[in-house]
Amino acid sequence: MELFLVNLIAATLRVSTPILLAAIGETFTERAGILNLGIEGIMFFGAFVGFFVADASGSLWIGFLVAILSGVLSGILMGLLSVSLGVNQHVSGLGITLLLTGLSLYLFRLVYGGRSTPPSIEPFQQLTPFNDIPIIGPITQQYFLTYVTFLVIIPLAWWILYRTRFGLNIRAVGENPEALDAAGVSVYLIRYLTLGIGGGLMAAGGAFLSLASLGAFSHGIISGRGWVAIAIVIFGNWDPIRVMIGALIFGGTNALQLRLQAMGLQLPIPYETFLALPYIVTIIALVLAGRNASYPAALLKPYKRE
Amino acid sequence: MAMTKKKLRLVKTDTPPFWVKPAIPVLALIGTFIITSGLILLSNANPFETYYYFLFAPLGSRVSTLEILVKATPLILTGVAVTFAFATGYYNIGAEGQLYAGAIAAAGLGVALHGVPAIIAIPVMILGGFIAGMAWALIPALLKIKLAVDEVVTTLLMNSIMAYIVSALLNGPWRDPASGWPQSPEISPTAMFFKIVPRSRLNFGFVIAIAAILILWIIMTRTSFGLKMRAVGLGKPAAKFAGISVNKTILIAALVSGGVAGVAGVAEVAGIQFHLIGELSPGYGYTGVIIATLGSLNAFGVGLAAIFFGLVDAGAQTVSRALGVPVYLGEITQATMLLVALGMLLLQRYKIRRM
Repeated sequence: MELFLVNLIAATLRVSTPILLAAIGETFTERAGILNLGIEGIMFFGAFVGFFVADASGSLWIGFLVAILSGVLSGILMGLLSVSLGVNQHVSGLGITLLLTGLSLYLFRLVYGGRSTPPSIEPFQQLTPFNDIPIIGPITQQYFLTYVTFLVIIPLAWWILYRTRFGLNIRAVGENPEALDAAGVSVYLIRYLTLGIGGGLMAAGGAFLSLASLGAFSHGIISGRGWVAIAIVIFGNWDPIRVMIGALIFGGTNALQLRLQAMGLQLPIPYETFLALPYIVTIIALVLAGRNASYPAALLKPYKRE
Repeated sequence: MAMTKKKLRLVKTDTPPFWVKPAIPVLALIGTFIITSGLILLSNANPFETYYYFLFAPLGSRVSTLEILVKATPLILTGVAVTFAFATGYYNIGAEGQLYAGAIAAAGLGVALHGVPAIIAIPVMILGGFIAGMAWALIPALLKIKLAVDEVVTTLLMNSIMAYIVSALLNGPWRDPASGWPQSPEISPTAMFFKIVPRSRLNFGFVIAIAAILILWIIMTRTSFGLKMRAVGLGKPAAKFAGISVNKTILIAALVSGGVAGVAGVAEVAGIQFHLIGELSPGYGYTGVIIATLGSLNAFGVGLAAIFFGLVDAGAQTVSRALGVPVYLGEITQATMLLVALGMLLLQRYKIRRM
């Protein structure tokens, strides 16, 4: 039982990491007033770019950094459509997801099409800082990127949003862009910056899956995790700490179903029930949080200077 | 030279020149060609030759021309489905899951209706698919109007859940006992849609799709409900002020949207595959959003956009066979065209001036 719990906690942190990275990215863009439905495609593209560049360069880190760059560029593309041109955010975001999904599959087929076995690379190794200590040892056996996400990215995101001038501007641009404009701050610039940062984090989440979790790229690598991230942002009320809690709930459910599957229990229900469980839990969490959700006032509204 | 420097600027205008509107699709096509040609070059193919195979080769023979309409059928239906919802301001992005709900119903009923004559079996399947799609759309719609839960997120999550339900059926009770493949048993021959044109794949599903366009057009332009839908879509507070029951309108639009998407699933099962398979839809539900947008949420616009996308889908397969360019070029072209066209629609509102 103790072993089961320890493994569950360790797996929860691992499974939550990519969702959390993407959800923090989406928190930034939505705080600035942009719903980025490109998230699913940006994660997918990040997973592909990370894998391909790591494979070609022989360096996981170069792959990871180029993946982040691909996400920043994707975020800027979203900005071009939703900020500069003021296009409907649902449609432009979904368009970006479809474009990047198609693009990733196209390039993957071009590069690896001829192979009979799916390509793979040696993924990131987990750190084992407290190897000899019981309980703490297995729980702290995590990827470096998981440490960075929970110990650096989350506090940093919170600090930026609530304790810096830039964060104040982000929040203001999502609530009352006219006022910010009147104060002489460029609404466009803030939105582009957050879309760039957000895109980079989303792609990092995707690349975590291909470079750490799997060491491979496949069609189903993201399978709706981007949409879950958006749900988690609403659940977390656009606050990095609460978003982290949401990601842990999803990650925990996912880790639980993985554990249960691994135990090989003979249950009278199909294993897909477990796979679907995190999505169902996410919807329930959304319903419970829905009453208190306070959307950024300018979300979905393009800003036009008259 | 004492000339003052003049810059080209975009100036807002309410009266775009007459040539702008018809020019947009053409310009979008050219823009898409330029953007995607880099990718085509990457696969060592000639962009011009590729685009010939892409856009003209499918028109070359009778069978391949009809195949465009075969490909357009599910796209028309999902495009119509999305239009119902989007026109009402309800962002149903769950057409993909609702399509599979309809497909499950069709695959189940199609087997159960063995020995039942086609004149009963086919309407029962269509109705069953409509109800299944509606049922899958009901949950997000109720969450939206009762608890104000964002429908974009819930409909997307419902798509993921549906994918697992389909997988559970195909790996469990519906796995083909003879072959062991993850596909449901073949539906009854009387439940299969009849061919409209012999020796082609064009079937009754296309007739349903055309009917859906006409029904959408009639509802949107000729009924008081269509007026309510558009009023709610334009602004909920104003619609409420005008005495329209906003929640009821949204609920009906959401359910009809899900139902039509369900019929798209029926058409694929009963008209093309005759089984439920996991790869029944390569994302028709999502493409439906693009089509509804490119068709400006207008019934005939949706029809035209869907047939053009049918051409792109058919062309992508031709290109893949003839030149070895990955078939995903089709998806890329569709998404690029959406993004380019969205950008260009805004240009309508501007004119270029030297000042």
